[in-house]
Amino acid sequence: MQEKVAQAPASASGKGPMLLALRGVGKVFSNGVTALRDVDLTIREGDFVSLLGPSGCGKSTALRLIAGLATPTSGLLDWRGSSAADRSDIGFVFQEPTLLPWADVFDNVWLPLRLRGVSRAKAAPVVMEMLARVHLTGFEKAVPRELSGGMKMRVSIARAMVTKPRILLMDEPFAALDEITRFKLNNDLLELWQDERFTVVFVTHSVFESVFLSNRVVVMAARPGRVFKELAIDASYPRNEAFRTSPAYAALCRQASDVLIGAINSTAGPHHDGH
Amino acid sequence: MTAIEEHALTLDPEEARRVRQERLERIGRWLLPLAIMVLAIWLWDRLCIWNDIPKYILPRPGVVLQTLFDDAGLLFSSLLVTLRITFLSLLLAVIGGVGLAVLFTQSKWVEMSFFPFAIVLQVTPIVAIFPLINIYVDNQTTKLLLCAWIVAFFPILSNTTLGLNSVDRNLRDMFRLNGATRWQQLRYLRLPAAMPYFLGGLKIAGGLSLIGAVVAEFVAGAQGQSSGLASRIIEAGYRLNAPRLFAALILISFTGILIFLVLSLISHLILRRWHESALKQER
Repeated sequence: MQEKVAQAPASASGKGPMLLALRGVGKVFSNGVTALRDVDLTIREGDFVSLLGPSGCGKSTALRLIAGLATPTSGLLDWRGSSAADRSDIGFVFQEPTLLPWADVFDNVWLPLRLRGVSRAKAAPVVMEMLARVHLTGFEKAVPRELSGGMKMRVSIARAMVTKPRILLMDEPFAALDEITRFKLNNDLLELWQDERFTVVFVTHSVFESVFLSNRVVVMAARPGRVFKELAIDASYPRNEAFRTSPAYAALCRQASDVLIGAINSTAGPHHDGH
Repeated sequence: MTAIEEHALTLDPEEARRVRQERLERIGRWLLPLAIMVLAIWLWDRLCIWNDIPKYILPRPGVVLQTLFDDAGLLFSSLLVTLRITFLSLLLAVIGGVGLAVLFTQSKWVEMSFFPFAIVLQVTPIVAIFPLINIYVDNQTTKLLLCAWIVAFFPILSNTTLGLNSVDRNLRDMFRLNGATRWQQLRYLRLPAAMPYFLGGLKIAGGLSLIGAVVAEFVAGAQGQSSGLASRIIEAGYRLNAPRLFAALILISFTGILIFLVLSLISHLILRRWHESALKQER
């Protein structure tokens, strides 16, 4: 079941050492909803893992557990022997850009460093480099409301990456963007990922997005939230517009789509006819 | 939106009508209230003439204006006294209101325990509390300050508390993920987020502190030690000096308007770059 991609230099598929494992993780909220049940998932360094599933499958909850924003009810997180990650290991990109509306782009990207006690002057080179990486050079002085949705998301990504985290957690970051902008951001994200070699866990409900980006797609099912099936995406990086229109991509999307339909049907199946 | 652009465009009738309408509204917004004001003053003047009203009952506007000039020394030195109380109490209201609000947001328990007291203080009429203050406090200035403060601090407290608590949930998570301390969260997130709310409260408190200062002096005025505008009004009332009474009244009104305008300007300058309320309407 594991990916059989050759260790070609162009491929960034994760055969790296384990970074994080979820072992039998479950989460039950105080209102009785079981958001996750018995989730086993291993994430290796350099992985680009997508969590794909219908709403209510607990993919966002899984991300919050990994981030340490919530604690599991059962099971455990294993960061190579430790139960919690080092804070600076984690970058988080929310569904909305979540920027400080009163601060300009520079100050927004500086913020994580500022909270760690790095002065403006010390942070400036890093912040400017990060802004260049997300193609926002020249927009340092703009405030969020002057930017388009796509640009705001770029700022958000720059802010998450400015501390050079080992793992970037993204919670449906491009869901609210138009398709053209989303494609552009997908390409740029992949480019960034290949250059910097960090690990990504990407939550989405788009089959096409997950297949385009990831080397592993984890399809989840709802009620209770659980891992339904894992797919290896055997296509080499770099992936670009040519890949997006290739038959191989279409076939992989078809495959992932079938699995997703299976996951959705298993939810609406014998356990919960009512829904 | 420049004139050149407007001329270069050929507008369809509907758009042209909209542009005309907007231009009319822009002028009307200033012209109409001004015209009504002038008309009202003229009518006031005519009423005095037509009915032969003596000036100790209702002075003509011209007489009031004349008194404002003639008694300028007396009136403006009194205005200064009132202004001093007003600004000092507003300053204390800001310090007290923001300070308490910050304290309240540090712990839900503190807020739950003490907020009701703030409400009690707010809903009890200041005129009714004053006799007590009069007994407990000796110093005249302190008395007036305390009164004006009680009236003015509540809008700042309640607005700032609301603002400090209405921070975007994701932003709060973001700060948590970055290991922000309590102080950092307050300094970089909660206080800036509360700014629009605080400024809204400040605008209300500015007017209230003037009202508080005048009312307090009215109640305290019986002792005959104060020299603010309220004492001038009482004094003028006793002497049936209606022109001076009106002059003092106008001075208070204008001060109130000025305070409101200045605070509005401050608010606009602080928020103009990012907050919806201060942005020009773009279509």
